[in-house]
Amino acid sequence: MGKLSSVYDSFVDFILKHKKIVLPVFLVLLAVVPLVIKSQYVIRVFCLIGIYCILTLSLNLIAGYMGQSSMGHAALYMMGAYFSGLLGAKLGWPFWITLVFGILGGALGGLILGFATMKLSAGYLSVITLAFGEVVEMVVLNWNSVTNGPLGVRGIPRPNLFGWELTPTNGGFYWLMLVLVIVAVLVSMCVVNSKFGRAVRAIKEDELAAKLMGVHTAAYKVQTIVLSGAMAGMAGAFYASMNRYIDAATFSFDISMTILCIVIFGGMGSIPGMIVGSALLISFPEVLRSLADYRFVVYGLLLILMMRFRPQGLLGGLSRRPYKLPAGVSRPGKPEDGGGTEEGKKVS
Amino acid sequence: MILEQVLNGVMLGMVYALIAVGYSLVFGILKLLNMAHGSIYAFGAHMALFIVSMHFGLLPAFLFAILTTGIISVLMDRIILAPLRAKNAPNITALISVMGVSYIIQNMMMIIFDSTKKTFPKLFDFGNVTFLGVTLTSTQIAMFLIALAFLVLLTVVVNYTKVGLAMRASRENAKAANMMGIDVRRIVTFTFFISGMCAAVAGVLVSGYYQMVYSTMGTEAGLKGFSAAVLGGIGVLHGSVVGGIIIGVAEALAVTYLGGSFRSATAYIVLFIVLLIRPSGLFGKDNIVKV
Repeated sequence: MGKLSSVYDSFVDFILKHKKIVLPVFLVLLAVVPLVIKSQYVIRVFCLIGIYCILTLSLNLIAGYMGQSSMGHAALYMMGAYFSGLLGAKLGWPFWITLVFGILGGALGGLILGFATMKLSAGYLSVITLAFGEVVEMVVLNWNSVTNGPLGVRGIPRPNLFGWELTPTNGGFYWLMLVLVIVAVLVSMCVVNSKFGRAVRAIKEDELAAKLMGVHTAAYKVQTIVLSGAMAGMAGAFYASMNRYIDAATFSFDISMTILCIVIFGGMGSIPGMIVGSALLISFPEVLRSLADYRFVVYGLLLILMMRFRPQGLLGGLSRRPYKLPAGVSRPGKPEDGGGTEEGKKVS
Repeated sequence: MILEQVLNGVMLGMVYALIAVGYSLVFGILKLLNMAHGSIYAFGAHMALFIVSMHFGLLPAFLFAILTTGIISVLMDRIILAPLRAKNAPNITALISVMGVSYIIQNMMMIIFDSTKKTFPKLFDFGNVTFLGVTLTSTQIAMFLIALAFLVLLTVVVNYTKVGLAMRASRENAKAANMMGIDVRRIVTFTFFISGMCAAVAGVLVSGYYQMVYSTMGTEAGLKGFSAAVLGGIGVLHGSVVGGIIIGVAEALAVTYLGGSFRSATAYIVLFIVLLIRPSGLFGKDNIVKV
């Protein structure tokens, strides 16, 4: 176990060290996928992975940086999908405008959640989000005149870029997905490396201390959840347009659980972790069809095992590379290796 | 009419109180929201149904359900939560592990017992009783009485026995309790057993009332019980009872005056309002953290 994980860690370190080469190559490879692979099914799986990347990056803001967890993330996803899908199908608005409304819809959901939980400790948010998911689902199922109830929304328009209709067959959706994932990654990176991100991480480490240092914790919590909701809403709008049909059953509790599971598996607080986690966990039931029935049991087991043996996830935790010192400062003694492992364990 | 609905609500609310007490007990001692409580409740109902379908009768079904849920709760604590406590892991890791347990239980039930709604025999069906011009079924009354009996029993155990004293001491300060010779590990195990037992009793009673059992029944009941616990102030036992009854009555009134689709939403709306106005609940103390 220990040997395996050290081999794995040095592999990750190697990739991180050469990321200036690895990253562009990886992006180019991803960009040419629809030109090489013509199978609709594979492209659809890739798009799903992209959607989950956005969703997990969104939950990562709450779980990874703020140290709380959401069990109803599908509700925010659903709000985005319904806001965007309904405007598109009923009023015929173009995708680019409904996408904005989808994002706003998710953000609205985040705002409600944020106000309900801003003064509470970590555990409450997960239960409130669970209840929120049930309420949103109930509204969608019962508000027949607007949402079509259990019948769902049909005929959601495809995006149209200067006369070129994006479809899954011509690869347009795939590239759109890629762009949205990159936007989500950039937003996450900007958030993390800003004053905002530092304040949010301070809340995670010690809320009381953060408050005493003058961090307005309640406001930061609400803002983080709103931002997270907006990202989930974006994923929802994309899904609605890709699938052209949405109903309440699409956004079940299983989706929320899958999102949470990927975040834990990939490593809370790690952006590459979300992408790798989504790729592995979304493709796993497609590859292992015989295990598909047990997939949710496997997810549950994964949550427990990760918490027990590797709470920092696949790619989470602190960097083990030595801290880069400014020029002219020499390191006293030998550079410590493995100094991060002890601290890495503490990162939840 | 109103009186009838209120009484209906009180009867069902008593069962919510029983679920809420299960949350409160565990939260009081471990500061953990036991998210698996709803699944354990559904598990209890399924175990009872399993025994009933083998024609062993009701009492063995009750006992079997209590025993198996108690054991599964204790196993969950011993195998999954105790190592995390030993490692002094942050609270969120325990919460996520418990969610994982909940998910495994629910999906295993779906695989083993399939996900259809199964009929459950009506409990204690002796006809109707008319009381102050209100007609109640004997099932409701029996449900009320059994839940009440369990709540009284729990109150007595927690407040007037040696184990209860140890439980209260561990809740106040686990470290100090340990130094005073209380085996906190055993107290935690005992608490989990009781909490599982409450879930099983509630599960069997509610299944007997609605006459059906299905694998996802735990989510809704768990949330309602949680709402009741938060409403009363989580960790406070009598608060959970009051919370349960308020939720039950609110639900019954909402169904009558607003329509059946509002049944499950009522509890959540109450929960939202409580958290906005008084997050510590009706009887809860404000959470003051010493630095």
